[in-house]
Amino acid sequence: MSTIEIHAPGLMTTVQDLGRQGFGPIGVSPSGAADPISLRLGNRLVGNEENAAGLEMMLLGGTFVFPQGAIVALTGSDFGAMLDDVRVDVGASVHVHPAQTLRMGPTTSGARCCLCVQGGIIVKPFLGSASTHILSGLGGFEGRPLRKGDVLPIGRGVKRFRKRVISPQASENFSQRKSLRVTPGPQADWFSESSLRAFCAGTYRIGEQSNRMGLRLEGAAVTQNSEREMISEGVSLGAIQVPPGGSPIILFVEQQTTGGYPKIANVISADLHRVGQLRPRDEIRFEQVTFDAARSLLVEQEKLLASRELILE
Amino acid sequence: MQTAQTDGVRFQPASDQSLLIYFGQQISPVAHLRVRKLLRLLERKPIAGVRNLNPAYCSILVSFDALRLTHVELEEILRGHIHRLDAMRIPKGRELKIPTCYGGEFGPDLNEVANFHGLAPAQVIELHASVTYTVYFLGFVPGFAYLGELPQALATPRLDSPRRSTPPGSVGIAGNQTGVYPFASPGGWRLIGRTPIAMFRPARKAMSFLAIGDRVRFTPISTARFAALERA
Repeated sequence: MSTIEIHAPGLMTTVQDLGRQGFGPIGVSPSGAADPISLRLGNRLVGNEENAAGLEMMLLGGTFVFPQGAIVALTGSDFGAMLDDVRVDVGASVHVHPAQTLRMGPTTSGARCCLCVQGGIIVKPFLGSASTHILSGLGGFEGRPLRKGDVLPIGRGVKRFRKRVISPQASENFSQRKSLRVTPGPQADWFSESSLRAFCAGTYRIGEQSNRMGLRLEGAAVTQNSEREMISEGVSLGAIQVPPGGSPIILFVEQQTTGGYPKIANVISADLHRVGQLRPRDEIRFEQVTFDAARSLLVEQEKLLASRELILE
Repeated sequence: MQTAQTDGVRFQPASDQSLLIYFGQQISPVAHLRVRKLLRLLERKPIAGVRNLNPAYCSILVSFDALRLTHVELEEILRGHIHRLDAMRIPKGRELKIPTCYGGEFGPDLNEVANFHGLAPAQVIELHASVTYTVYFLGFVPGFAYLGELPQALATPRLDSPRRSTPPGSVGIAGNQTGVYPFASPGGWRLIGRTPIAMFRPARKAMSFLAIGDRVRFTPISTARFAALERA
């Protein structure tokens, strides 16, 4: 069986697929790739199903050796990858020969880089998914981020190597991380008009304490205009909740499933992948759109992902 | 025809791919029963395009594939379901016990809770173990059960600043709720004890020790008993 050896793990490298849906009733959030579009594209570059498990790296990449060789692709942000002493482009399939070393460094763009391997990373599924859920120590490889010395099996690759590249236009389209479009949250009317305006007009900085559970936002405090008492309720992916201190938090892939803070807004589905690329200290703005517009943007995005011009052979 | 039971139901988009359905605006046995019934109906007869369900005290968040369903379409289907809730029968929850070692290192906030209410620590323990709680829902993290209602004499505000990490098995109280932390996680509830029972067991078919609708009592145990149960 083919394997991938972890010679250096990077800052936080986890096994992720597109997550596990349907376990909200027992408190399990979906988890899954923080930038699911990068995972989908990476899998397509190497000839996998879009949901195959890959490695998600954060801010600082790892060093990996493939004793039997492999067909791989890096997608998302550029972590300055080298295959032995040759520079490896992001967004292209790469043929790794036996015993070659793939080495990555710190990011030169966004927060995350995805490593996809033909055949996928093989782990024991938890609730039908390979995704790591860090807080509960479940799923992925032993329920934890990878460490030096870990050896992970790779599924059988059956396809011959084909050079595939994501079109530069598409890469450009998916790499924007200056703004997030939002729809009104379920408690948007608990906030004053001026507070809502300030939220959309202001610039927010991503806090250092951000992780896969949530991203803390630093900027103009958002004040509540309601004396109503919040009763805990289900929280959606990308919900922007506002605790009493007024500093908003974007709930993310490994989020708590329910919560008791009011939500002012929610990141639209078509922009969730951008959240996964936000680094601490990045500055972003919010732009409010209607539910109809959000839906159109998602349809448009899926159309682009399905288009023949997306991946060049 | 609109029946009396559909009154007080409110639909609210939460995101472009989720819809909240509220059964009134307060925690009540009636709202809880309707949440349980709708959850059961949606679990037994899933709606095509629905991806996930997050039940809570008096609401369910329904997440869906926005390429297959719209808020309006989903609301219409759910309204049809709601008409059927009255006629639905639902099994009674199980009766379960959570052995708990109160105070000391396991319950670092017990004395403060006692002082807050002008009670002796032993009285706090007695009160906490004196009632049968309902599992309103599971949420927050895997296997975390929201239990209510705490005796009024014990209702205590959350910690001003949450702990960065709460040990697994910790029994906490917040407002008029109580619960057990299944995993080491951040938490703002006041910790009064700890149970040796694993609240989330991924190797079992029923992973969560507690299920929505269960009836639960806490039973005080000694540190020796705690250690024995933990070994078992």
